[in-house]
Amino acid sequence: MTVEYTLFPLCEYAVTIRFSDHIDEDVNDIVHHTTARLQAKRKEGIEEIVPAFSSLTIYYDPLVIDYIGIGAWLRKNIRRSEQAVQRSARTVVIPVCYGGEFGPDLPDVARFHGMTEDEVVALHSAGRYRVYMIGFSPGFAYLGGLSPRLATPRRPVPRTKVPAGSVGIAGGQTGVYPLATPGGWQLIGRTPLRLFDPHREKPSLLAAGDIVVFQPIGADEFARWSEEHD
Amino acid sequence: MIDVIEAGLFTTVQDGGRFGYRHAGVPAGGVMDVWAYRLANALVGNNGDEAVLEATMAGPTLRFGVKAVVAVCGGDFPCTLNGRPFALWKPMAVEPGDVLEVGVCRTGFRAYIAVSGGIDVPPVMGSRSTYVPAQLGGLSGRPLQRGDALPVGVTHGHRVIGRMRWGLASAARRYIGGKTKTVRAVPGPEYDEFTPASRRQFFAARYEVTTQSDRIGYRLSGPTLALVREREMVSEAVVFGTVQVPASGQPIVLMADSQTTGGYPRIAQVAAVDLPILAQARPGDFIQFQPIRPEEAMWLYREQQQRLAQWVAAIRRQWEGER
Repeated sequence: MTVEYTLFPLCEYAVTIRFSDHIDEDVNDIVHHTTARLQAKRKEGIEEIVPAFSSLTIYYDPLVIDYIGIGAWLRKNIRRSEQAVQRSARTVVIPVCYGGEFGPDLPDVARFHGMTEDEVVALHSAGRYRVYMIGFSPGFAYLGGLSPRLATPRRPVPRTKVPAGSVGIAGGQTGVYPLATPGGWQLIGRTPLRLFDPHREKPSLLAAGDIVVFQPIGADEFARWSEEHD
Repeated sequence: MIDVIEAGLFTTVQDGGRFGYRHAGVPAGGVMDVWAYRLANALVGNNGDEAVLEATMAGPTLRFGVKAVVAVCGGDFPCTLNGRPFALWKPMAVEPGDVLEVGVCRTGFRAYIAVSGGIDVPPVMGSRSTYVPAQLGGLSGRPLQRGDALPVGVTHGHRVIGRMRWGLASAARRYIGGKTKTVRAVPGPEYDEFTPASRRQFFAARYEVTTQSDRIGYRLSGPTLALVREREMVSEAVVFGTVQVPASGQPIVLMADSQTTGGYPRIAQVAAVDLPILAQARPGDFIQFQPIRPEEAMWLYREQQQRLAQWVAAIRRQWEGER
């Protein structure tokens, strides 16, 4: 399969390679394959390679390598047969205590869809979610794969503070708040895991390309996890 | 140690930036005005990437607990040392007990207070820069507060013997002044998707910096900008200087602490060389964007790096004479 892309300078020290202008699992696969390949081939002057939904951006030192040099390097390394590269995605299990004080909006979400709370939890924890990319805030993963049956509008009035680890639904998206921030998502549960910890070698628990699975846990287990990881 | 007697309006510890973590959603951050930052560090004899204090509009009052060399660069902040006027853009020796008062900015918006040895807070993810949205770096990830104590690093050999009766010529700070700031910008990735009238307006009109402006971004106010055809954008990388246009049609310039990705159409990218000008713009100032080609932006960037290196070399020569 021929991989088509456009290349443009983002600024003096970054270039974006865009494979498509819509969100699509196959395109996102190409993004992650290409990122992995380019990472492995690192060239002097290249500082960061950052994947997004359907593009990736290369940050470089313009005093070491220029836009033309980057372009030539990319043409050589983005081959036609990206699809042939097998890349096994990492699966990350995220334990979630659904409902109660951790998921105050679970009753509303269930009512909205005419389901029981247990049905919402079963459906949400049955999914396999792809991490399209990390962005918006440190450690925040854009997840694809929410069942359309769980799509729920945001809360009319956002909360001024959503605790870190909160698992929510907003429209057709689901995700985990890595940091305590204001937010309008419908909160259905919370994970005791730290999605972002600046003192870990890899501060973000999730990386673009990962598969996320939510595993329901009880409040007692949540407490145990929190103690073990503090 | 340096005691914070008054914190000022919004004073944070900053360095050259936190690199290598954009994939984790962490922006580079760091100083807003890299020009003033580099020169302030050079003036106190630092290597170049030590952490400094970035003051905004109203500066802090600091009491030094150590012998050090201090320099303040950036906007025109009236400063005093023990009540006597203290000149900007020049090194000054301080003794334990000395009090530096950085006042309210007259022109420009930000000042960089460099100390020999640097502000020695522990680095987080390779940087001492304060990133307030995620409470990273600096002093507990927040702006300074009255009563804080700032650790100072060990100095690298510059023992002060002479009187240091020298400072930088006014050419180094010419970019600071003016109510209307001309900022060069390259048409952005979605530039062609804006209506011809919007494209013209963007580079012809002046845009006012609103009070909703901070280290994350400046919201500008001026003629409304519209796309030929509305479309759902897929989030892509954005950087310091990206000018994006949300549905309101009023542009936002992303600054040092902006998110790593954005989903709004990008009408322009401010040339890196002119980011210090933008960093010194305050609410109520006007921005006049001037179009340039990407190659010009690149050439200007290289030229500015050379100019900066020349200033730093000249400062080093002065320091040789002091020893």
